[in-house]
Amino acid sequence: MHRYFLSKLAQSLLLMFGVLFLVFMMVRVTGDPASLMMPREASPEQLEEFREKMGFNDPLMVQFGRFISGAIKGDFGDSLHFKTPSMPMVIDRLPATVQLATAALLMSMILGIPIGLIGGFTPGSVVDNIGRFIALMGQSVPNFWLGLMMILYFGVELGWFPTFGRDQWNSVVMPAFVLGLPVLGQIVRLTRSAVLEIRGEDFIRTAHSKGLEPKTIYTKHVLRNVAIPLVSVIGVQFGYMLGGSIYIEAIFSWPGMGGLLEQSIGWRDFPLIQAIAVFTSVIVLALNIVTDMAYSIIDPRIRYGR
Amino acid sequence: MADNITTPPKTVDSLLDTEKTFKDRIAYFGRFLWRDRSGVIGLVVFLIVVFAAVFAPVLTDQSPLDQDLRSSKMPPAWEEEGDWAHPFGTDSLGKDIFSRVLYGARVSLLVGLLGVLIAGTLGMIIGAIAGYAGGRLDAAIMGGVNLILSLPYLLFVVFIAAVLGRSLLNVILIFGITDAPIFARVTRGEVLRIRESGYVESAVSAGARWPRILFSHILPNLLGPLITLATFEMSRMIFYEAGLGFLGLSVPPNEYPTWGNMLAAGRKYMTSYPWMASFPGLAIMFTSLGMNLLGDWLRDVLDPRLRRSRK
Repeated sequence: MHRYFLSKLAQSLLLMFGVLFLVFMMVRVTGDPASLMMPREASPEQLEEFREKMGFNDPLMVQFGRFISGAIKGDFGDSLHFKTPSMPMVIDRLPATVQLATAALLMSMILGIPIGLIGGFTPGSVVDNIGRFIALMGQSVPNFWLGLMMILYFGVELGWFPTFGRDQWNSVVMPAFVLGLPVLGQIVRLTRSAVLEIRGEDFIRTAHSKGLEPKTIYTKHVLRNVAIPLVSVIGVQFGYMLGGSIYIEAIFSWPGMGGLLEQSIGWRDFPLIQAIAVFTSVIVLALNIVTDMAYSIIDPRIRYGR
Repeated sequence: MADNITTPPKTVDSLLDTEKTFKDRIAYFGRFLWRDRSGVIGLVVFLIVVFAAVFAPVLTDQSPLDQDLRSSKMPPAWEEEGDWAHPFGTDSLGKDIFSRVLYGARVSLLVGLLGVLIAGTLGMIIGAIAGYAGGRLDAAIMGGVNLILSLPYLLFVVFIAAVLGRSLLNVILIFGITDAPIFARVTRGEVLRIRESGYVESAVSAGARWPRILFSHILPNLLGPLITLATFEMSRMIFYEAGLGFLGLSVPPNEYPTWGNMLAAGRKYMTSYPWMASFPGLAIMFTSLGMNLLGDWLRDVLDPRLRRSRK
């Protein structure tokens, strides 16, 4: 088991290096980084001065070495817009994003798991059809558009929820719903199909035939097995929400990393964009490892199957 | 399904034998289409979008790019100040929204089709090599593929698009390259499954050479899962293109209308002139709903293992 995690960890470190390399090369090789980062109307002298200041005139290898050693220390250079180190600013924004993603995840689990379970036990029922509809909608409704529509209706027209910011207790409701809807759909879909599949397994039939109470069978045999795919999906989806909250945070002016990313794209603030991309990747990779661990604790087959 | 088969099928292969001719296959397809109405809806929706994209100049006489400040911010035709000359109203510069939605379908479909074509081709080649070669090469390729797939996709697309700059070609290339790993994973899995299957083994022992095995055994079996995947991925690309447009990272609005850049432009006027953002959003939802229904249905129909279990 230790070996399994060590190899996972090594792979993730390798990937992290790959991410850093990609981020570095994308900015340096696709064109002139100075003209990418400076305003379009900058004069050639300003550009040259900027290149000298940022060290873009050094050989690529030297630059890459500097970039990596900075990255290890968490230093991605000063934000061009704020003129302060970019990484602390990104970390400052982390709690808001985590809060949003957690709220979205909780909502989709609290709604999604029961709907999926009922759907799986009673295929074709009203609840099942509602669940399938939610799943389809979660896949198809663009969240940036849904966010705008919800602001218009529930925020402006009805005035139920604040339309922006994070100051009020119910500020999180609308952004969390919009962010969580695709995840809700996936959880419903997955729970439903897992229940359907497990109900048809031999060991369930055996449990029935040896006279176990249906209640025991459902709680002990079915639910435990449904939990396995759910854990992995929830881990992956949490990572997806941390990285994918950009539209929702932008629309609802949520003060998280996604909102910062949207703004820094507007400012062409590449040190800041880099810091956000790298930091989010680190978190997502760490989450993947945690998910893998949880997964193999619940399902011993993973540990021994390899 | 059992009504046209005299003896109950024992294996998937024997079931396929009963519908060997092209005509039979078409008829078979047709019956499935009829039985599964959500699939029909999906197909119809998709065809409507294609129709709108191809015949946009016929369906409206308004140009999607002409500005007319005198008739700016007009509401949709069914509202009081609307005019049927602009069925969906006009935007802040007086451009006709209906025509922009129609022309916008072109960009969405183009990005989706070309993106999937590039990603599919790349992914199929990589996946087939991994699956066929096996061993260390396979482990190395798939290790890379799985790791790339574990990254936050949206973030990376946004980052790359921000660096490369906004153009249609860039968007297509970004999706084509970043989406290839998914195709590689599916192709590799299928190639492995097919390679281990009895019929390839018997073809090899009967003396068939590799081109024959590749073209008459492996490729036809690959097509089903890949077409299904392509449908879902196309819908996802249309989605993400709109997302990039929303962030101002796709095609610039003065160059060509896209649903994404229309949404981005309409966002500012959301509370006073909601139709500017509503219609492109509805178009995205409509398209992606149709393609997801189509994909669900294709998955059921093209996968023989699922097909057998359907009633």
